[in-house]
Amino acid sequence: MGLTSASAGRGAALSDRSAGGRSLPVVALAGNPNVGKSTVFNALTGLRQHTGNWTGKTVALASGRCRARELELVDLPGCYSLDPASREEAVARDFLACGQAAAVIAVVDCCCLERSLALALQILALAPRAVICCNLSDEAEKRGLRIDFALLSSRLGVPVVPCAARSGRGLDALLSALDAALADETAAPKAEYRSFLPGEGGGEASVACLAECTRLLDGVISRPVHCRSSLTERIDRIAAGKYTALPLMLALLLGVFYLTIIGANYPSQLLSKGFTALEGLIRALFERLNVAPWLTGALLDGMFRTVGWVVSVMLPPMAIFFPLFTLLEDLGYLPRAAFCTDRCFRCAGSCGKQALTVCMGFGCNSAGVVGCRIIPGEKERLAAIVTNSFVPCNGRFPLIIALSSIFLASSAAAAAGLTAAFVLLAVFVTLLVTFILSKTLLRGEKSDFLMELPPYRPPKLGQLIIRSVLDRTLHVLARAVAVAAPAGLVIYAAANIHVGNGSLLSAFCAFLDPFARFFGLDGAILAAFILGFPANEIVLPIAILAYTSGRSLAELGSYSELWNVLSANGWTWVTALSVILFSLFHWPCSTTCLTIRKEAGTKWMLLSMLLPTAVGFILLAALNGTIRLVG
Amino acid sequence: MAEKGVFPLGGLPLGAEGTIAAVRAEGELRRRLTELGYFPGERVKKVLVSPLGDPSAYLVRGTVTAIRRQDAESILIREAGEWD
Repeated sequence: MGLTSASAGRGAALSDRSAGGRSLPVVALAGNPNVGKSTVFNALTGLRQHTGNWTGKTVALASGRCRARELELVDLPGCYSLDPASREEAVARDFLACGQAAAVIAVVDCCCLERSLALALQILALAPRAVICCNLSDEAEKRGLRIDFALLSSRLGVPVVPCAARSGRGLDALLSALDAALADETAAPKAEYRSFLPGEGGGEASVACLAECTRLLDGVISRPVHCRSSLTERIDRIAAGKYTALPLMLALLLGVFYLTIIGANYPSQLLSKGFTALEGLIRALFERLNVAPWLTGALLDGMFRTVGWVVSVMLPPMAIFFPLFTLLEDLGYLPRAAFCTDRCFRCAGSCGKQALTVCMGFGCNSAGVVGCRIIPGEKERLAAIVTNSFVPCNGRFPLIIALSSIFLASSAAAAAGLTAAFVLLAVFVTLLVTFILSKTLLRGEKSDFLMELPPYRPPKLGQLIIRSVLDRTLHVLARAVAVAAPAGLVIYAAANIHVGNGSLLSAFCAFLDPFARFFGLDGAILAAFILGFPANEIVLPIAILAYTSGRSLAELGSYSELWNVLSANGWTWVTALSVILFSLFHWPCSTTCLTIRKEAGTKWMLLSMLLPTAVGFILLAALNGTIRLVG
Repeated sequence: MAEKGVFPLGGLPLGAEGTIAAVRAEGELRRRLTELGYFPGERVKKVLVSPLGDPSAYLVRGTVTAIRRQDAESILIREAGEWD
């Protein structure tokens, strides 16, 4: 899902640092996907750069200061060789080839040295100073593998250090080896490995390189590995089993939503009570200080209330959803989900890796769009970008869950079932639109689909919770609040600045009303969707503000109060269903739009806005037309 | 090339092993397969089949990779027993 500041922000920080200020020696980390490269990076820097257990997680350069040395570490995207097949692999190659790095830490996986050593040889051909970090040595020991690191080191002529980055074992030795390598003034790239660098040939360099690995490893490994870990094999018997895989996937989907709904209910009420009490206190303080009523209104009824709403409705579900999702991600379940559903994506004419970007979209569509870089074919990548916002992001789940719980479902289990059904509908529409695109605008040659299924790895629960709460939950919440506060102010102003015989907001709502009514919405809802362009999270709060401008709410954010306000404004289950559908299928938020423009260009951004909106209006017209006919 | 005992990778039963005899893929697919160790002489084992029948996952050089049947057609193998 990659929903961290790491994927977006730190690449920029890197170029800032090299442009000015004190420049530290740069050490690059390179390696295959799934060898625990990001874990090594995190252990060395202490940065909580998010690491997911899937191929091609790092899509932008993350960098950080080494904790124990005066070094700048750069985490390169995982790749299998220095022959770029997809955009992110090109990033790693370019960085190594341009010579910016003083040294390279080549991370390899002890459990599959026969493959992961190949990239290390290519790195040795380019980089003058390198250290080989044999990660996951603990896992290799558990599997009974004995590796003669000293022999390998003498054969290669570079330090080879066994590590278990998860527990921090071997990192000191790695840093010492790095010190020695950096101090070596006469170091040069290994010319004898230059022929392993992929050129124009059809992979002959890779064959030679892997054959060399086999030769180098002869006598180094106690026995060749031609089996999977028994844990992974046992889990996959169920997670990818013929009869169990799809029911398990459905059960996980339902389970995640059920836990989110059940778990979020009480803290949401508590938070909303807290905000209401706080609002009362501030109001009393303002009265004592003789603050002008218009200012009190703007700050409390506009800004504070919108922020309070966003926090109390969004924070609890996110604080539950994100850790659960991160758990599945860290375990390595998501590639299995892609493996099991690939046939659907193949039938839709798309790359199986789109299943992964769809999953990323559940967290944040903007992150999902960036994640589409893992798709090698240009046309399939564009299709995945354009359709990414068809799946609901975390900013839209609270609305879907709240409206399902209030208007459509009588129990938490039913609400979870409905939410899961909406998600399945969203995935179905994603596939349908992808299919149409692959037959029309994005017709053409299909690229291949090769996806690694990494072994399951037990996640570290403590780290997982800290990371998902700090990096994801608070990151997303901060963005929502940053948008909600000024938006609340503007909406309040619009609701209280009078033109003619109504407010600016009511005039806007009234203008939209006839059009919106046709689709089962009303002017206030459509206005809320338009004004909520900066962030989906604030759509419902804006609608509430439009309905209640000037009046005070007993307890903002609670479901019963929400029901009172909405039903007083003529909402029925049809309205709720229409709003949920429109929330699923309308233009993406401004952040996602800007990301799409950056990744694919203005033309595709406009299409990405147009397509979901068209689907939304068509669905709503069909739904409401049918209901009018029947009723 | 109807060599005896040689068949496409997709025909390998679940859990069975074979030795790669030839890779007929071209261009990008060939290059990516080669990087992962799919070239003549390597041992390969089918470890998983998707519940929807396609793709399947194969173990080569300690790594499990999902390959669609259509792409797996281009890889020819011999069953391990016959070869050595």
